[in-house]
Amino acid sequence: MNSIAIVEGVIALLLVLLAFLAVSSKKLITAIIYLSILSMLTVSSFALMKAPDVAITEAVIGSGLVTAVFLFTLFAMKKEGEKE
Amino acid sequence: MIQYAGILLILIGIYGLLTETNLIKIIVSLNVFELGLNVFIISVGFVREGVAPILTSVNNHSGLVFVDPLPQALVLTAIVIGLGTTALGLAFARRIYMKHGTLNIEEIGGGIND
Amino acid sequence: MKKALAMLLLVLVGTLLFMGIYAMEGFRPYGEVDLAQRVSQAYIDKDVTGENPEVVYGISKDLETGSANLVTSIIVNYRSFDTLGEVTVLFLSALGVSILFGSFKGRLRSRYQPNFILRTGSKVVFPLILIMGVYIFIHGHLSPGGGFPGGSMIASAILLMYLADEAFRIRIEGFKMTEGIAGSLYVLLGLVGLTLAGYFLSNFLNTGTVGALFSAGIIPVVYVLVGLKVGSELTGIITDFLKGEVE
Repeated sequence: MNSIAIVEGVIALLLVLLAFLAVSSKKLITAIIYLSILSMLTVSSFALMKAPDVAITEAVIGSGLVTAVFLFTLFAMKKEGEKE
Repeated sequence: MIQYAGILLILIGIYGLLTETNLIKIIVSLNVFELGLNVFIISVGFVREGVAPILTSVNNHSGLVFVDPLPQALVLTAIVIGLGTTALGLAFARRIYMKHGTLNIEEIGGGIND
Repeated sequence: MKKALAMLLLVLVGTLLFMGIYAMEGFRPYGEVDLAQRVSQAYIDKDVTGENPEVVYGISKDLETGSANLVTSIIVNYRSFDTLGEVTVLFLSALGVSILFGSFKGRLRSRYQPNFILRTGSKVVFPLILIMGVYIFIHGHLSPGGGFPGGSMIASAILLMYLADEAFRIRIEGFKMTEGIAGSLYVLLGLVGLTLAGYFLSNFLNTGTVGALFSAGIIPVVYVLVGLKVGSELTGIITDFLKGEVE
C-alpha cells in the first residue's frame, strides 16, 4: 500500500460522499456549492491520472463558470419571486 | 479506486435524475452524471508507469510509456460542451419559473388538459 | 415508494454495469493498459501509416504533426473535424441562451456593493488573467492547455469584472463579430486544406521541429481561432445570464 494508492482512495471516497451530498441536499444553494467542491475534487483526480490538459479545463470551467451560471440563475429567480 | 468512484458517480447521478422533482436539482444531477462519466473515461486510459502525454526536454522521445492521450482529447471538448448544455438548461428553467412561478415539475402541469 | 423503486433500479443497473464492464474481453484493469494494442500508439508515434520512427523533442522534423502536446495533436489535427462539430454545438447553445433571454433589458442588481479592495484589485488582475488566457491558447501545442481552457479564462476575466463593478459593460456586438469571424476562418482554413492537400482541414503548412514555437503547421492558428471563438461565446452566455428586469 503505497502513498499514491492512499491518496487515490481518499479522493475516491470524497468523490462519492460529495456526489451523494450534492444530489440529496434540500437547499439549492448547498447543492450548488457541493457540486463546485465535487468539480474541484475531479480536478485533483484528473491530475493524479496524469491528464494536465483536462485538469486545467475542468478547473476553469467546472468550478468557475458552471458555479457562476448556477448562482446567477438562482439569484435572478429570487428577484423575480420577490417581485410578485 | 477512482474508476469505481466514477461508476458510482454515474449511478448517483441516475438516482438524482429519477427522484428529484426540482428543475435545478435535476440539472445538478445531470452535472454529477457528467463528472462521473469524465472520470471514468479518463481512468480507462491511465497507465500506472506512464508519463503525461506531452513531449518536453525531459521526457523527450516517443519510446517512453505514455498515458493514453485519446480519452483525454475526448473529455477536454466534452467539458466545454457540458457548460453549454448546462447554461441552456438553466435558461429554460428560468423561463419556466417566470411563466409558472414554480420549479417543481409536478406542480407545473401538462398544459393542454387543465 | 418512488425512492425505493429508484434504489432497486439503481442496484440492478449498477450490478449489470460492474459485471458488464469488468467481464468485457479486452477491458484492462485500472492502470494496466497496454498502449501497443490501441490506436493511440499511432498518435504517439505521429505516424498513422505504421512505420513508427522514433520522435525526439527538438530534433525530429517534418512529421505528420509537429505538436509536442499529444492531446493537442489529436484534437486539432487528427480529429479536427470533430472539434469543428463541438464548436458548432457550443455556438448553438449560446444562440439558444441568447434567444431565451432576448426580451430582457437592463442588468441584475445585487443589494451588496462590491468593496474597495475588490474594485481596485480586479482592475490589476484583469489584464493579467487576459494575458494568461492568450498565453495558454498560443502555446497550446507545447504546454498543457489550448484553445478551450484559454477561451474560458478570458470569459472568467470578464466575469470577474462583472462581479467587481456594477457599471461594467462590454460591447457585445464586438464579441459577436469576433466569434463569427473566428468560426468562418476555421471553416475557410479547412477549405484551403481541401484545395491544397486533398482533404478537409489537412495540415498544409510546414510542420517544423517538434518543440519550437513556430511549429506544428496550422495547429497554433486553429487553436487561436478556437480560443477566440470559445472566449467570446462564453462571454456572451455570461452576459445573457446577468440580464434581468423584465422588459
